[in-house]
Amino acid sequence: MELTGKQNIWKDYQKEIASDKYFYVRSCVRQNFFPGAETTFLRILKDELHKDIYEHPCHTTCTGIGYHGDVVPFDTAMTVIARQFALMTEAGYENLVPSCVTSFGLYSEVLETWHHFPDVLARVREHLRKATGREFNIPKNVAHASDVIFKFRNEIAAKAKYKLVNVETGKPLKVVEHIGCHYSKMFPAKGVGGAEFPYVLIGMVEEWGGEVIDYPERRHCCGFGFRQYLIQANRGYSVGCSHKKFESMEPYEPDMIITNCPGCPMFLDKWQYAISEMNGKTYGKNGQGIPVFTFEEVAGMVLGYDPWDIGLQVHQISCEPILNKMGIKYDPTAKYLGKNGKYLGVPEKPSVLKD
Amino acid sequence: MADFGYKIQEDRQINYDSNDRTLFYFLKRVEPSISLCIGCGTCSATCTAGQFTQFDLHKIMLYVRRGEKVHIANEIKKCMLCGKCSLACPKGVNTRNIIFQTRKFLYSNK
Ligand code: SF4
Ligand code: SF4
Repeated sequence: MELTGKQNIWKDYQKEIASDKYFYVRSCVRQNFFPGAETTFLRILKDELHKDIYEHPCHTTCTGIGYHGDVVPFDTAMTVIARQFALMTEAGYENLVPSCVTSFGLYSEVLETWHHFPDVLARVREHLRKATGREFNIPKNVAHASDVIFKFRNEIAAKAKYKLVNVETGKPLKVVEHIGCHYSKMFPAKGVGGAEFPYVLIGMVEEWGGEVIDYPERRHCCGFGFRQYLIQANRGYSVGCSHKKFESMEPYEPDMIITNCPGCPMFLDKWQYAISEMNGKTYGKNGQGIPVFTFEEVAGMVLGYDPWDIGLQVHQISCEPILNKMGIKYDPTAKYLGKNGKYLGVPEKPSVLKD
Repeated sequence: MADFGYKIQEDRQINYDSNDRTLFYFLKRVEPSISLCIGCGTCSATCTAGQFTQFDLHKIMLYVRRGEKVHIANEIKKCMLCGKCSLACPKGVNTRNIIFQTRKFLYSNK
């Protein structure tokens, strides 16, 4: 089929996403924030889509947080990343799938640097050889985990048990999509839809029955930004960014927020608590907040996974309102039971934000 | 309310659509040297009023450009019109006349 007009232009905003045989690299921080998200991703890839996805037990952080926090030099970051590539090469894989948007940004930055400065690549190869004796191939395809879920959004929709639809009203849920800055603001060509029309989360939301809402601060950063959060005195800027987004989205009454970065769901979730404690304001209905999820968690909900298996109990903003809206069956008494059935304890209640 | 050791920073975005820049256009007409300002801050550094108060002429030059009139009206009264800033300005901006004209503009437009 010959593409014309807008379709032809839109073609430039697509990226190649490998269809199988992935080497998965986890995020260092996501496992602490929302531990269920990554296991849900692996479960979807393996059990639903029957893909070959491999995770090496020896891979490490990409150093992204240290690099963007100005404590890890670029040469060190490149060598650490070269080691991940070496693990991938040794395992016989060529398609790299980072779980973290910051890692994805840093992998893209490193590959772009090597592409333009082959002497730097030669130097990094030498560093790695001296440090570990390892060699590596450059990945054929680098796609963020959200790209992979985006690619298979139709397959997931075909297996879906629930839709992003309010079962009482029959109307689509109103979803705010928030793309991590490192996904496509650094290297627009590396993200689906580029920096201007990032489509990766919209594609999922629409495919699964929801409706994406547009609001003025849609592309504003969540405020993580590493340095402004890591230094306590600067955190006012971090929370200020999230605050600006909440104020901007509030009139549109979103049902939920979906994100594709480790920092964004964490901050958009936890800052709602901090803001409510600092100035008494909450952004959802009835004093509740707006629930915030990662794309894997949303995929897991749609596929009918047990919400406590995908880790929704560790979110600050309660997920129950959205589970009820979608008509998802769950056992409220099992919320704070661990995998082995052991009681995890109930967290303290915030003074303003309601369950 | 809880104290976490930091506060929510207020939004400091400048909305040029809602800001009124007529003062800047007026000054450009009556004292064209305003366009030469490079924001170096020499004027503030030499200002006697600035030694004793928070008065900062180079900040005012910025506010003028942005059309933030409220800040300017409150601040500009502190100037003693001594003219030290005009002598020090490396770009030859007639700062003294800018202050003089600003006062005229603001107070006659009130
Ligand atoms: S000294 Fe002159 S150039 Fe420098 S900030 Fe003041 S007015 Fe502008
Ligand atoms: S004229 Fe005003 S602004 Fe300039 S040095 Fe004197 S007091 Fe300061």
